[in-house]
Amino acid sequence: MIPAFFVFTYLAAVLYVGIFAFRRSSRGQSAEDYFLANRSLGTAVFLFSLFGTNMTAFTILGSSGHAFSNGIVTFGLMASASALIIPLSLFLIGTRLWMLGKQFGFMTPVQFFRDRWECGHIGTVIFAVQAALLVPYIIIGVMGGGSTLSAISGGWVPYWVGGAVVALVVMGYVFFGGMRGTAWVNTLQTILFLSFGAAALAIIAGGMGGFRQAAQEMLGSSATAPLLTRERISPWFFLSYTFIPLSTIAFPHINIFCLTARRVQQFKPTVILYPICLLAIWLPSVLLGVMANRATAVPSIAAKLEARNTLAAHSSALPPEERTRLRQAAAGDDVIVLLLNHYAPVWLAGLLGAGIMAAVMASDSQILALSTMFTEDVFAFYGGKERFGPVAQVHTGRIFVLGLTALAYLIALRAPASIFELAVQYAFSGFSSLFPLLVAALFWKDSTKWGALASTLWTVFAVVAVAVFQYAIPVPQSGSPTTVWTLFGVPALSRTPGGTAVFGLMPVVPMVLISSLLMVTGSLLTRKPSRQTMSRYFPGIQDRVHSRG
Amino acid sequence: MRFILAGIVIAVYLLHQDLWFWRTAHPLVFGFLPIGLFYHAVFCILCSVVMVLLVKFAWPVNSEPPASALLPEDEGR
Repeated sequence: MIPAFFVFTYLAAVLYVGIFAFRRSSRGQSAEDYFLANRSLGTAVFLFSLFGTNMTAFTILGSSGHAFSNGIVTFGLMASASALIIPLSLFLIGTRLWMLGKQFGFMTPVQFFRDRWECGHIGTVIFAVQAALLVPYIIIGVMGGGSTLSAISGGWVPYWVGGAVVALVVMGYVFFGGMRGTAWVNTLQTILFLSFGAAALAIIAGGMGGFRQAAQEMLGSSATAPLLTRERISPWFFLSYTFIPLSTIAFPHINIFCLTARRVQQFKPTVILYPICLLAIWLPSVLLGVMANRATAVPSIAAKLEARNTLAAHSSALPPEERTRLRQAAAGDDVIVLLLNHYAPVWLAGLLGAGIMAAVMASDSQILALSTMFTEDVFAFYGGKERFGPVAQVHTGRIFVLGLTALAYLIALRAPASIFELAVQYAFSGFSSLFPLLVAALFWKDSTKWGALASTLWTVFAVVAVAVFQYAIPVPQSGSPTTVWTLFGVPALSRTPGGTAVFGLMPVVPMVLISSLLMVTGSLLTRKPSRQTMSRYFPGIQDRVHSRG
Repeated sequence: MRFILAGIVIAVYLLHQDLWFWRTAHPLVFGFLPIGLFYHAVFCILCSVVMVLLVKFAWPVNSEPPASALLPEDEGR
């Protein structure tokens, strides 16, 4: 109960931050003020809130849960690859987006695409795809909130109540505070978690009698020794995972966030410190997830290990319902909370739980981004702003926040997939596949709206195809992939325990490569934007003939 | 200079594929940290150093909008 009290106090504090931001905003608030904080965020808020925006339930609960089941490979897959790709994309793409946003007044990526490629309805298609891909990411926040509150309170707060509380708090401060409130809350959340991550590691290590003994015991068991290496996954799979962080800059909430900096110089500390922040948060999460395999003194974790052992020993003999039940029982999304509850003093577990809750609640930026996109790319574009005025536009954005959060909550109550699977398989891979659009629009003057449309439709097809494939082909019970299609003796398409493999790679690789190919061929075969538009974006070109019959 | 920096970025990307620590947990750094995990923690620090180099020597020259495009209140902020 006491940890839950700390968490509820924290939730009240962030709600107040949102209301405080609301009171700081001007009366008759403009869309730019509500959705972009007037492009005026300072250096520290920009760094911490941009980083906090990227930290979700997936980062803390998903990563420790993944590490609990898969070992140290989690860090290399999800953290260290991002430590290179994300700051690099902020450096190359984020700065240029900021400059164009400042120069031409864009508030969303679709506004930029419409102007850059002289398109209208194609922009609406891109909006719809981005929105559909972003919703699962928002659901993660609600699911993480529900499971975290439930775990921290020792089951006193049921999952559905926890999810509702988190959804209401996030909805509250996004509704009132807009981008300013969201950025301040994200800053607070990031500082909180950066402060407590190392503390959690030290306290749990102390409680377990140090990690040295745990590591030695894991190495001594054939069941757990592979968790300290990467022998269970192939290097090709590891390589293909580096395509996932391409999604970050393509997420609308990130590229919208790039527009909020007051000056471009604020990107400098952000790109330099981003890998260090990743290290500070992911290393404790992954290490705790791995070491949880020896935390048999925690009854709930012991039950998870038992469920995993039963699955490994008798999987093929078990009925499907029992396998599903055991798989859910063995899932590790809450191990970090269980460790805290067991090893930390009650008051500290509460503070640390609030830190975890801080990371879990990062769905705020996605909700605000979808609201921004809806009001700018649909409401304003189709005449709503002209007809009802700019104040109505902000009101529409707020109503959208209410509706979207309620929808995400309802889906979270019913969604069966684990946090990790839901995030990676749909949202992350889909946005990675949309990455070529952003690169082409920013850096390739000959790119066209038809290339963009081809790339976008391919993304839709690929995401749906992967989802249908994984629904139709059951998870292999033996642990080794089920090959569905072989080409020249090589497994071309397989159903793996974790998802799908195409020539041994994650589907994100062919998705990005084919998306890029379609962007290039579609653009080469179709009419370019007018010379006037191209010279606005690429001032160096004045004299070339661009139009093709 | 930019070609050298691009080469460094590609080299760092390749260093992410540390096949040499794939199947071993040893040595355990500080007695508990498998070498594969320690390597990738150091890799993050290396990425930060690379970003320092990029910011210092390859900051995009066209990342500031032309002065004529800025609104009056932007000036002097």
